[in-house]
Amino acid sequence: MSTPVVYRTDEFPLPDSQRNLIRWTVYLGFAALTVGVAQGLAQALNYARIDLFHYYPGMRSYYEGLTVHGVFNAIVLTFAFANGFIALTTARGLGRPLNGALLMASLGALALGSALVSIAMFSGHASVLYTFYPPLQASPAFYLGLALIVISTWITSINIFLTVARWRREHPGARIPLLAYMSMMVYVFWDISSIGVAAEVVGMLLPWSLGWSAATDPMLGRSLFWLTGHPIVYFWLLPVYVSWYAMIPRQVGSVLFSDSVARIVFLMFLLIIPIGFHHQFVDPGLSPGLKFMVAVMTFVVFIPSLLTAFSVMYSLEIGGRRAGGRGLLGWFFALPWSDPSVCAQILAMLAFLLGGITGLMNASYEMNLEIHNTAFVPGHFHMTVGAAVALSYMGIAYWLVPYFEQKRLWGARLARWQAWIYFVGVLIFARGMISGGLAGMPRRTAIALVSYPIPESWKLAGILVGVGGALMSVGAVLFFFVLFMTTFFSEPAAITDIPFTSTYVGPALEGWQPRLDRLRIWIGLAILMVAIVYGPFLVHHLPPRVVSMPFRAY
Amino acid sequence: MEAYEKLFLWFSIALLALLLVALAYTSFAMHVHVPGDAGMIMVKPGQTLAGAVLTTPPFDHPGLRQLGPGRYEAVMFGQAWSFYPREIDVPAGSEVTFRATSVDVTHGFFIPGTRVNMMLIPGLISVTSYRFDKPGTYLLLCHEYCGLLHHTMNAQVVVK
Repeated sequence: MSTPVVYRTDEFPLPDSQRNLIRWTVYLGFAALTVGVAQGLAQALNYARIDLFHYYPGMRSYYEGLTVHGVFNAIVLTFAFANGFIALTTARGLGRPLNGALLMASLGALALGSALVSIAMFSGHASVLYTFYPPLQASPAFYLGLALIVISTWITSINIFLTVARWRREHPGARIPLLAYMSMMVYVFWDISSIGVAAEVVGMLLPWSLGWSAATDPMLGRSLFWLTGHPIVYFWLLPVYVSWYAMIPRQVGSVLFSDSVARIVFLMFLLIIPIGFHHQFVDPGLSPGLKFMVAVMTFVVFIPSLLTAFSVMYSLEIGGRRAGGRGLLGWFFALPWSDPSVCAQILAMLAFLLGGITGLMNASYEMNLEIHNTAFVPGHFHMTVGAAVALSYMGIAYWLVPYFEQKRLWGARLARWQAWIYFVGVLIFARGMISGGLAGMPRRTAIALVSYPIPESWKLAGILVGVGGALMSVGAVLFFFVLFMTTFFSEPAAITDIPFTSTYVGPALEGWQPRLDRLRIWIGLAILMVAIVYGPFLVHHLPPRVVSMPFRAY
Repeated sequence: MEAYEKLFLWFSIALLALLLVALAYTSFAMHVHVPGDAGMIMVKPGQTLAGAVLTTPPFDHPGLRQLGPGRYEAVMFGQAWSFYPREIDVPAGSEVTFRATSVDVTHGFFIPGTRVNMMLIPGLISVTSYRFDKPGTYLLLCHEYCGLLHHTMNAQVVVK
C-alpha cells in the first residue's frame, strides 16, 4: 500500500518553453554562486590573515567583497533556486503546467534586480553588507534591485497559487498532492515572512536613499529587517526539505512514512515566523521579557526540525535495510552512496545536525552574550545555509541539470568527490569559526587588517577557517566543472521525469487531516502570531524616530 | 501518527523544555542578564544626533565615575571608528556598569572573555554590567560593521 506524492504518475506534461524558463532561473542562481564562492575564498583567507582583496579586480575593500558574498549566495542563489525548483515541483505535483507568462515575468524581475544590485555593489556604492543596517546608506539601485528580487518571488507565488487553485477547481474534494502542498507552503511561508523587509526597503530605505527624506530610524529598520531576516533562512531551507521528503526516499529505494507528518512540519513553520528578535537579544530598546518569549518560540522551531530528522532518517533506514544493511547502523552504510545526488544530500543532512545544534545555542537567550556577532555565528550558518542548503542544491543539481539538458550526468565519481571535499571543507571551516568565536573573534571584520594585537587562539582558528574555506572552494569549482561537462560534453539521454516518492501512510479524505489543507485558517493564525510579537513593539516604538543622517564612509 | 513518531515528538518537546528551564534558571536565579530597555536620546528639531548625545546627561561628561565602594559607571559612546574614552582603568574586583550609545551608525560593544556584549544603536542607550575580577588589559571591540575602518575600532579596559 502506498500513495504517490504527485497527482499522476504516468506523465508529466510540462511544455519545453516552461522547462527552459525554469532552467534559466536555476542557472542564474548558479551563476551568482560562482561569484559568491570566489568572494568566499578571499573571505576565508582573510581570517587566516591573508589579504587577497588587493588582487581581486574591482574590489575596493574586504567589506565590498563580503557584501557581494552575502547578497549573491544568500539572496540571488537561494531565491533563484527556490523560484525555479519549487515552480517545477508544483507543476510535477499537480501534473499540470504553470502560467508561462508569469514564469517569464519572475525570471525578468530576478535578472533585472540582480543586475541592479550588482551595479551598485561593484561600483562601490553599496558596501553595506547583507543586512544593510541603516544609517549605512547604499545607492538607490541597491534597494531597487533588492525590491525587484523580492517581487520575483511574489510573482512565482502568484503562479504557484493560481496553478493550485485551478487544480483544486478541477478536482473538488481531492487532497492536494503532497509534493504540491509542500511547494505551495514554501511560498505561503515566504510571502508572510517577506512583509518586514519589503516595508523596510520600500517604505524607508528607498525613499531615503533617493533623498526624499533626510533622516531614518535605525532601530525600526533593523527590527523590520529581522522580521524577514530570520524566516528567510527557512525559505532557503524549505525547498531542500521538499527534496529530502519527496525525492530522497525514492532515490534511496524507500518511501516516505507519513503524509500528514510532512504536512504538519510545513504548517508548523508557518506559525513560528515572528522569531527574528532572537537576532536582537543584545539590542537596547527591547525588554528582556520580549526577548525571552522569542527565545521560547525559537525553540519551538526545533520541533519540526526534529520531526524532519525522524521522518527522513526513517526513510533512509527503510532504504538501507532494503539494500541489505543489517544491525543498528549497517543500513546507513548500505545506502546508495555511489549516487552523487544521494551522497551530497546525506552529507548535507549530517552537516545540518551540527548546524541545528549550534543554532539552538545561538537562540539560547543569555548564551547570546557569549557568541553574538562573533565568528561563532558564521560558523553555525555555514553548516546550515552553507552546507545543508548549498550541498543539497548541488545534490539536486546532479539530477536536475541532466533533466534540463536531456543529457547523462558527466563524471559521477568526480561529483561524489566534490560532495565529500566540500563537506570536509565546511566542517574544518566551521570548527575554526566556532572556536574563534568562543575565543571572542568578531565576525564581519577584516581580521587580516586589524590594528590591535590578535590573541593566539584566533590565529589557529583563522588558519582552520582558511584551510576549510579553500577546500570548500575546490569543492565548488569541481561542482561547476561537472555541470559544465554535463551540459556541453555528455551523451544525450531522454529524461522525461523527475524523481518523486510515495508515502506509506497516504493522505486521508476524512477526519482531521483535510483541515491541514484549509489554508485560510493557517494563514490567519500565522498573521496573528506576527501581530502578537511585532504589534506591541510597533505600538511602543512608533512613530518612527528619525534620528540618523545617511552614512556612506565605506 | 505511529507510536514511534509520538514517542519521538514527546521526547523532543521534553528536551527543549528542559533546556529552556536551564536558560531561565541561569538568567533569573544567577543574574545573567541580556541588555534591556535603558532609555533613548531625544533629538530636538534642527539638532544632529551627535549634538543631542553630547548634550544629554550623562553623555555630556563621558568617562569613568565611582558610584560607591568597588562600583563604577563607565559612560562611553562610539563614533566611527573609535570609542570615547579610549581607555577605562579600574581596580580588580570592580563592578563596572557600562552606559553607552552611538553618535552615528550602529556599532558593537564587546569585551571578549566577559559577558559584555551589546549593540550601540543610534538614538538608544545600552547598559550592561560586569565584575572584573582578574587583572589585565581587556580589549573592547566594535563587532558590528560600521564602515571602511570598522576593524580598527577598539578601546581598552585596564584592570589593576
